[in-house]
Amino acid sequence: MTKITFPVEASHIMMFARSIGDTNPAYQAGADSVAPPTFPQSVAQFDPDYYLRPKPGQPWFGSGKTASGVEGKAPSSGGLHAEQHFEYFRPLRPGDVLTVEYGPGKTWEKESKRAGKLTFRERVAEYRDQTGELVCRATLVGVTTERPVAQG
Amino acid sequence: MALKASDLKIGDTRTERVVENLTRTQLVQYAGASGDYNPLHTDEVYVTQVAGYPSVFAHGMLTMGLSGKVVTDWVGADRVRKYGVRFTNQVWPGDSLDTTVTVTAIRNEDGKTFADFSVSTVNQDGREVVSGSATALIDA
Repeated sequence: MTKITFPVEASHIMMFARSIGDTNPAYQAGADSVAPPTFPQSVAQFDPDYYLRPKPGQPWFGSGKTASGVEGKAPSSGGLHAEQHFEYFRPLRPGDVLTVEYGPGKTWEKESKRAGKLTFRERVAEYRDQTGELVCRATLVGVTTERPVAQG
Repeated sequence: MALKASDLKIGDTRTERVVENLTRTQLVQYAGASGDYNPLHTDEVYVTQVAGYPSVFAHGMLTMGLSGKVVTDWVGADRVRKYGVRFTNQVWPGDSLDTTVTVTAIRNEDGKTFADFSVSTVNQDGREVVSGSATALIDA
């Protein structure tokens, strides 16, 4: 599968830490910063084809003139995040240029009272630094629901 | 200063309020920083008229990030070696979240000392939104 090059940058770490409301000075130390534990997920910024980012000249499923820019899109499409697991072999730091590669994952189904048939898909990503050392392994479990999750 | 095994015992616990009255603007902020622009989290028109939810709701990864602060405040930002969660309920604008982190084990492995923690985040109604665990490298 595709390999993504993920340069870890101090300003990105600072912006990310702000967005999770974390004022820890370790995330605002310029070149001496470390990245917060959930930062590896922001590799999405460096995936040229990431499907949850609007791209110039292409229809986008969010609202514009109409409530969705893509007609006939099924409700709740895009899926939800069910689980996320990170394993770190060392912290990510500015100056790391990581190569991120996705391996195959399991798929399974489950019946739910709140959302109908659930289809789970696992995706495992390995983050390696310039020397080929494994820095982080991230396992995402996504779920597509048959209907929106009932509230209450 | 790094956390030592002698500073911890099983059952030690910390609870912090990790967000008070979550705003839609913070969801936009998280979308921009993380790169996840799913309109479910930022586009009230799409989410109410097309996706069938009562309002935008938080990225699971934002809730995981908010919760992780309680772990890193305790063990140090560079000491986390595992962090995993299940997203058990959605988080909505206006929610206030409290995260509780509890020591579940202190152990040696390959000559290193690790502490394991449970991580649980609940909303203002006491409903759990994130359930997980974390492992930190600590000093012997």
